[in-house]
Amino acid sequence: MASSHIITAFDEELKYLSRRISEMGGLAEQMVGESVRALINADVSLAQKVISDDAILDAAEREIDDKAILTIAKRQPVASDLREIMGAIRIAADLERVGDLGKNTAKRVVAVRDTGVPRPLARGLEHLCELAMNQLADVLDVYATRSAEKAAAIRERDDEIDSVYTSLFRELLTYMMEDPRTITTCTHLLFCAKNIERIGDHATNIAETIFYIATGNQPEGERPKDDLSTSVVAGVK
Amino acid sequence: MNMLTETAVEKVLERKMTNSALKMSGTDVCVFYGEKQALHNVNLNIRENTVTALIGPSGCGKSTFLRTLNRMNDTIDSCRVTGKILLDTDDIYDPNIDVVELRARVGMVFQKPNPFPKSIYENIAYGPRIHGLARTRAEFDEIVESSLQRAGLWNEVKDRLQEPGTGLSGGQQQRLCIARAVAVSPEVILMDEPCSALDPIATAKVEELIHELRANFTIVIVTHSMQQAARVSQRTAMFHMGYLVEENDTDKMFTNPDDQRTQDYIMGRFG
Repeated sequence: MASSHIITAFDEELKYLSRRISEMGGLAEQMVGESVRALINADVSLAQKVISDDAILDAAEREIDDKAILTIAKRQPVASDLREIMGAIRIAADLERVGDLGKNTAKRVVAVRDTGVPRPLARGLEHLCELAMNQLADVLDVYATRSAEKAAAIRERDDEIDSVYTSLFRELLTYMMEDPRTITTCTHLLFCAKNIERIGDHATNIAETIFYIATGNQPEGERPKDDLSTSVVAGVK
Repeated sequence: MNMLTETAVEKVLERKMTNSALKMSGTDVCVFYGEKQALHNVNLNIRENTVTALIGPSGCGKSTFLRTLNRMNDTIDSCRVTGKILLDTDDIYDPNIDVVELRARVGMVFQKPNPFPKSIYENIAYGPRIHGLARTRAEFDEIVESSLQRAGLWNEVKDRLQEPGTGLSGGQQQRLCIARAVAVSPEVILMDEPCSALDPIATAKVEELIHELRANFTIVIVTHSMQQAARVSQRTAMFHMGYLVEENDTDKMFTNPDDQRTQDYIMGRFG
């Protein structure tokens, strides 16, 4: 960032926002990892922890919003200060949604506990989760540096998650066709996979917001997409 | 005015603004006070029916540039101006130009309201009288009323036109000065920090007035308030240490300026 503001309290307010965003990001990332671990290990108490952690994330988002509104009202920010504050509001909203998705996965732990998650599917989910968490961790690192180039690079990466999600989707369909007794479990797992895939999208949104904060321009062109699950039909391989 | 016509007005103004010829243009303008050079090779165009804001820290040359536009600098003995300033196609520093006529075409409103120590009516009628714009009482009455109307002051003063202008409130006095500038039907109105001595309500009224005047006049305003420049202008020019640093659309200037110095200044940072 450039030189300090003449009004030092303004700098403090901006620092507060970016510190709270980093904290939210750390918690959201942890919730995502724990939710998938709880799912695969049928760990109900860990799932419960994820569900209660979501309240902390919700509260953090509200605090960031309040502080951002107050700062706009008091300082009438312009140029990159204004983008910084608007960016904080948007990123906080994305992270809050990431928390919701983790919480939703955690809520399904009880439903799949008795049947358990079949081994190959567990491996697929773990892989998907790992990709999404990497995406999230990387984008939070980029937020700390406000690098437009790195933000643009992360935006280009979301298609990997999409393609793993699509193959998991096919796999779940196959399971359900082979043994209709797995339909309940597989449907829940399908929602879990979708949750994780959405987390990748939020990480990409955050990358776009960082790009905007840094440059003042919206990123150009369509983001890469490899989520073909919308056109997958049962029985066609 | 309802929403529809207001949008229509905006559209007309937009078209006027983009198609309009330049109203004034400065080329390589340098200003010296004695030995000291206050402005260095400024190239700045002023578009017709546009509010152009000049911003920058104290002593950056923005007021100096404003004052070159109607040769107010002539009143300072040690001041020397080089370069070329055109009003339409007329070189305003041409020795043959009539400075009194120039100042009728390019009017000015100052920082502190400075009504003449005369009646409200006479404050407005004075300019048209010396420029011979009206002869009969009815003609003067009409100019006084329409000027006060344009300055948004008519309803507040119509019953006391013979009272002294100095008896008005600060904000009213400033609008009286704007009405006085408008009375001689200038083409360009220069404003040097017109709101710095006014409270927020009076400031808002003057800003609203500037917005309306734009339809008929070209306005150049010097302001210390970043927010005011952002609110009232369509183009903004940033001065720093006697140089023109950046000139841009106001929307661009306050969201994503090109020059780091502009960015630091409008954001209240020091480079």
